[in-house]
Amino acid sequence: MSSATNAHDDAHGQAHHKFHQHHFLTMAQQASSAKFGVWLFLGQEVLFFSGLFMAYFVFRALYPETWLHAAEQLSKTMGGINTVVLLYSSLTMALAVRSAQLSDKKGLVNNLIQTIVCAFIFLAVKYVEYSAKFEHGLLPGAAYHGHEFIPGRPELFFTVYFTMTGLHGIHVIAGIGVLFWILKRAIRGDFDSTYYIPVENVGLYWHLVDLVWIFLFPLLYLVR
Amino acid sequence: MKTPLLADGSAATFWLPEAASTFAADHDYLYYLIFWISTFFFIVMMGAMAYFMVKYRRRKQGETTSDIHGNTKLEIAWSVLPTLILGVFFVLGFRGFIDTLTPPANTLNINVTAQQWAWSFTYPNGGNDSILVVPVGKPVKLTMSSVDVLHSFFVPAFRAKRDVVPGRYTVLWFQSDKLGEYDVLCTEYCGTSHSLMMSKVKVVSQEEYDAHLKGLTGCQDGQSLAECGGVAFKRNGCNSCHSVDGSKLVGPSLKGVYGTEQPITGGPAVIADEQYIRESVMNPMAKIVAGYPAAMPAYAGRINEEQMGALVEYIRSIK
Amino acid sequence: MSATSIDHSPSHAAGEHGHHDNYLVAKKGISSWIWTVDHKRLGIMYLAAVILFFIVGGLAAVAVRTELMNPTKDFMDANAYNRMFTLHGAVMVFLVIIPSIPASLGNFVLPLMLGAKDVAFPKLNLASFWIYVLGAAFFIATLVMGGVDTGWTFYTPYSIKTGSSATTALLGAFILGFSSIFTGINFLVTIHKMRAPGLTWDRLPLFVWAIYATALMQVLATPVLAITLGLLVLERTVHIGIFDPVYGGDPVLFQHFFWFYSHPAVYIMIVPGFGMISELITVHSRKGIFGYKPIAVSSVAIAFIGFLVWGHHLFVSSQSALAGAIFSFLTFAVAVPTAIKVFSWIATLYRGSIEYNTPMVYALAFLFCFSIGGLTGLFLGTLSVDVHLTDTYFVIAHFHYVMMGGTVIAFIGGVHHWWHKFTGKNYNEKIGVIAAIIVFIGFNVTFFTQFIFGSQGMPRRYWSYLEQYHTGHMISTYGSYILAVGLFLALFNLLASLRNKGVAPERWRGVSLEWETATPPIEHNFESIPIVTAGPYDFPEVRAARTGNGH
Repeated sequence: MSSATNAHDDAHGQAHHKFHQHHFLTMAQQASSAKFGVWLFLGQEVLFFSGLFMAYFVFRALYPETWLHAAEQLSKTMGGINTVVLLYSSLTMALAVRSAQLSDKKGLVNNLIQTIVCAFIFLAVKYVEYSAKFEHGLLPGAAYHGHEFIPGRPELFFTVYFTMTGLHGIHVIAGIGVLFWILKRAIRGDFDSTYYIPVENVGLYWHLVDLVWIFLFPLLYLVR
Repeated sequence: MKTPLLADGSAATFWLPEAASTFAADHDYLYYLIFWISTFFFIVMMGAMAYFMVKYRRRKQGETTSDIHGNTKLEIAWSVLPTLILGVFFVLGFRGFIDTLTPPANTLNINVTAQQWAWSFTYPNGGNDSILVVPVGKPVKLTMSSVDVLHSFFVPAFRAKRDVVPGRYTVLWFQSDKLGEYDVLCTEYCGTSHSLMMSKVKVVSQEEYDAHLKGLTGCQDGQSLAECGGVAFKRNGCNSCHSVDGSKLVGPSLKGVYGTEQPITGGPAVIADEQYIRESVMNPMAKIVAGYPAAMPAYAGRINEEQMGALVEYIRSIK
Repeated sequence: MSATSIDHSPSHAAGEHGHHDNYLVAKKGISSWIWTVDHKRLGIMYLAAVILFFIVGGLAAVAVRTELMNPTKDFMDANAYNRMFTLHGAVMVFLVIIPSIPASLGNFVLPLMLGAKDVAFPKLNLASFWIYVLGAAFFIATLVMGGVDTGWTFYTPYSIKTGSSATTALLGAFILGFSSIFTGINFLVTIHKMRAPGLTWDRLPLFVWAIYATALMQVLATPVLAITLGLLVLERTVHIGIFDPVYGGDPVLFQHFFWFYSHPAVYIMIVPGFGMISELITVHSRKGIFGYKPIAVSSVAIAFIGFLVWGHHLFVSSQSALAGAIFSFLTFAVAVPTAIKVFSWIATLYRGSIEYNTPMVYALAFLFCFSIGGLTGLFLGTLSVDVHLTDTYFVIAHFHYVMMGGTVIAFIGGVHHWWHKFTGKNYNEKIGVIAAIIVFIGFNVTFFTQFIFGSQGMPRRYWSYLEQYHTGHMISTYGSYILAVGLFLALFNLLASLRNKGVAPERWRGVSLEWETATPPIEHNFESIPIVTAGPYDFPEVRAARTGNGH
């Protein structure tokens, strides 16, 4: 019935990594747990956004004319610039993870800084876009007072626009927060080829933020 | 032959209230079918449990039990049998549901307006009342709207219930072959006096119904609801774009339009029912009939629920 | 004696973790509890919070029942009554039942059952607890500000218009959602990654399977509630119009969003109860479970199908007939695996050695009540019958038979079952059984009557009612008093045991891993990581039968 092996001691037979948390048997278990946890977190993020995507499709089906005309009010140029900026930041994020895996501290820090700069550019462009909408009264629900004729319920289009891009923007801001945290740890020299899971996990999150935008851009700006 | 636990008539039973609509009998039959099948299975299950509880109670600590992990045949049996029974419930329930959703062609149409915390019924002659009076043996269709929050129109004796939603129409129909007076209750929570939002539905003879209608003041003296709708139609200038004789103006003619299928610009065709007519008045840009310009102004906020109901009745009447 | 073994070899580096005090005394001081990352302490803190809010929600229920004693006003006006039933519903759902079994019992027992030292993310676990407390604080703030009168379902557009402090309550529920999501993520990772050697998926106790299915739903459904409540807050504050017909929005869309979460939430509430019952029935009848795989798999199946049945809350709210048919069909599809579970539990009793102790009495009460709850669900899943019954007391009775007769009774049974593991104390068994019987009687008197006057047409959320429902309401109210007496007796019985000195002997002789550690467990759960060699219900009594029968 019983076995003489002691998994606990096996685990401690290895050298103790300085970021090894006590309740995990091995670094491998710790790493795969963290990664699985982040995947689950991303899963719930997808569902978090899904409610707004559903609202988008419901109201688009109810007011197809509104969608066609209201989307004209959004700047395809600005949206396009932001798409490119985010795509580039996803690239630099991926390169940052690679640098960490190669124990290339300089490359890691460099790529993280580029990612953060991209995130700020994205927010700046968004700020310009939002200001223009405020100026023209293209606002959600009761606040809507646009002068341009848009058939149907333009206030609902802008509700959907502001809630979707707003929630995405909050995710970008949160992303900047965790990127700074990772940057600080990278400068301190926490990451190398034996320990890079936090970089990888933040990368996964950042790719999701990018991916959501990849859906938002055509749905909101390029309605046909 | 009446037993209190069987639905064999229209009187109240132990479980269900008096039955006074044509689909109440179907409903009660199905209710009692599920009731007795459930009771049977409950007794079998609890009987087995009680038997095991007595027979296998612990007599001494550490007594040998049994190494059973399952029994494929038994498990298949108790998976398949319930599936079949539930299949029957599903089919019967769906059939009955379709009946409650599909009014026959020749209904008497009455508009219902719900608001916190009262019901208001508008009859074809334009008369308004806080109770619902209907002729016996005639199908009645209620076109319901709410001016504020959600409500739900419920007549226990009719086994009929439908939510009343602001911003759109919902429809409920019934036919009662039984003279009498029945409770109308609101079953969707609607705020402070939700529980006081009650009314009555009186099922009366055709003569009494006609007499009752005469006693009600219409929207305008001596005018039917459709006629009132016609007045509103002109007063709001609808006739400058919509003809009632089939000729094509800026907008489509409304002659015979009710109940027909209309092609829509950039979307699937719709049936021109109460719901669509309402939407086309309140928010015309939502679905524009193919071949016509998007030119009509929205009337949301400019006409009230009663005028809207009259307009629908008027459009129904243009044959 | 057991199916599992722990290596006590002297080579184990005991000194590395210091001396092995039990978790209650390993660290001292209030701050050692406030900042604890020990899943056991967090479990106990959740337990205390859940019991506290159960008392709050329960007193609100008694107030509601008392007001309904007579058709007209007894002691509250309609405004107060509406706030009271909302308080009862919101507190019971968000603060009691959802965290009851997973967050309190699950937190304590899950890592022990897995042979792990803790959950995968202990700090996140701590964060979940304090997020829960923050959410609860919002609910309490709502109460101080005069309460909410929307019902726990927050249906629009009433919830947009009401002058009561709905925004605060919505924020509270929003915050609680994140506590639930983080707990779910934590448990899923823990179950996937932290199982002891030899603890394969088919050796997991069924409680773990149930927590797994629950956690899956928590992670996938709760975010939709969060975004929905978030939108409703924006609707109330800046009138974004999504749910408001005034701006072309759709109030029924809110119901779709709400039930997309809240129907899985029903399973988030009941599935842990299923797991609990599987433990109680096996341990106290000394039998392996009948049909391990069907029970384990059906929990996950219910979790998945549970995502596709939300529309059965909307049969009469202007949903199309086709949608109604699909949702009705899927609802019956969930009923089958649920029925299989109940049959399997009853079959488990066959040729067992049933001991009538407190947890077992609760388990049997569960089988009785949950069967009624399940069977009455068939009435509501049947489209044409639901038209008559929906939004009446029939529905109230149905979900109380599932939520209270099911989950809460399983939860109380579980607290008794593991009380000794938590505290090292034994409560008075005789009083425990008496309390359980009083709860059982009180519960059925309260809620069975509601099926009758519900079928007769009594609508829910009514402050006053028609004379014909008077008798039923009266009986139901008296039943609720009996129920309250039973619950308080059970609570006092448990609390009284805390005054006992020393560690009492263990009585249940379970063989899953949580029984293998010391009682109360040491801070790091196990002296060394156990190696599992047999299933969770391989009791000596069963093994004796196996060898005796020559298997």
